[in-house]
Amino acid sequence: MKQSHAYTLYHPKWYRRRVSTWWWTQQWRSFKFILRELSSLAVIYFVALLLWLLWSLGQGEASYRNFLAWMESPLMIAFNVIAFLFVLYHSITWFNLAPKAMPVRVGGKRLPDWMIAAPNYAAWVVISVVIAWFILGGN
Amino acid sequence: MAKRSNEPFLWSLFSSGGMIAALMLPVLILLFGLAIPLEWIEAPSRESLLALVRHPLTRLVLFGLCSLPLFHGAHRFRFTLYDGLQIKHLNELIAVVCYGGAIVGTALAGYILWTLG
Repeated sequence: MKQSHAYTLYHPKWYRRRVSTWWWTQQWRSFKFILRELSSLAVIYFVALLLWLLWSLGQGEASYRNFLAWMESPLMIAFNVIAFLFVLYHSITWFNLAPKAMPVRVGGKRLPDWMIAAPNYAAWVVISVVIAWFILGGN
Repeated sequence: MAKRSNEPFLWSLFSSGGMIAALMLPVLILLFGLAIPLEWIEAPSRESLLALVRHPLTRLVLFGLCSLPLFHGAHRFRFTLYDGLQIKHLNELIAVVCYGGAIVGTALAGYILWTLG
């Protein structure tokens, strides 16, 4: 017998709840999730900015000055404030996620989350200071 | 046998890129995006910055810093579009655009860093 909807009394359609495109605005948790996911745009934006800086460095003094002048425009400052907040949000959520992604067990007991997250934060501080020192140290 | 997925490979790029971005991007954007333009601190001279960037180790770090976060961003943004906007029918197109963009960006980063003199 052919199994087709034409032979059934009821149209065989699976029940699927329609989810609105704006589902993530309904709950604070989902909103934070989408904010975190959107931090990817800030990351991409900043890589583009970094490439621009490196390119301008290679082009010559005038080009580098031009880059710095561009960074001073209010529009770029506004962009950078937003991008900075998103990147910061990315860092914090990323470090806090590490213990959940790779739980470490010592002697059969799971280490508390903060013991895995803390070294990440420590590395963050150290690396940030080292980078700033390298960039500004040559002055 | 199930079709082999390239998901684990993409995920390893995603997670290493996420780590590098988390560790290194905030300080860089704070310096070049805010502190220097707002004149909290003085901009480093081109010579000193160039000397730093020309070091092979710095180039290697910068290459990783440009490439891996691009793959991280591409992967995450792909799924943001997928989950957020529910455009599953465009899945393949989105994947090609996202990862393709990351590949192009990586090539560009390689070119810029290689030709830096």
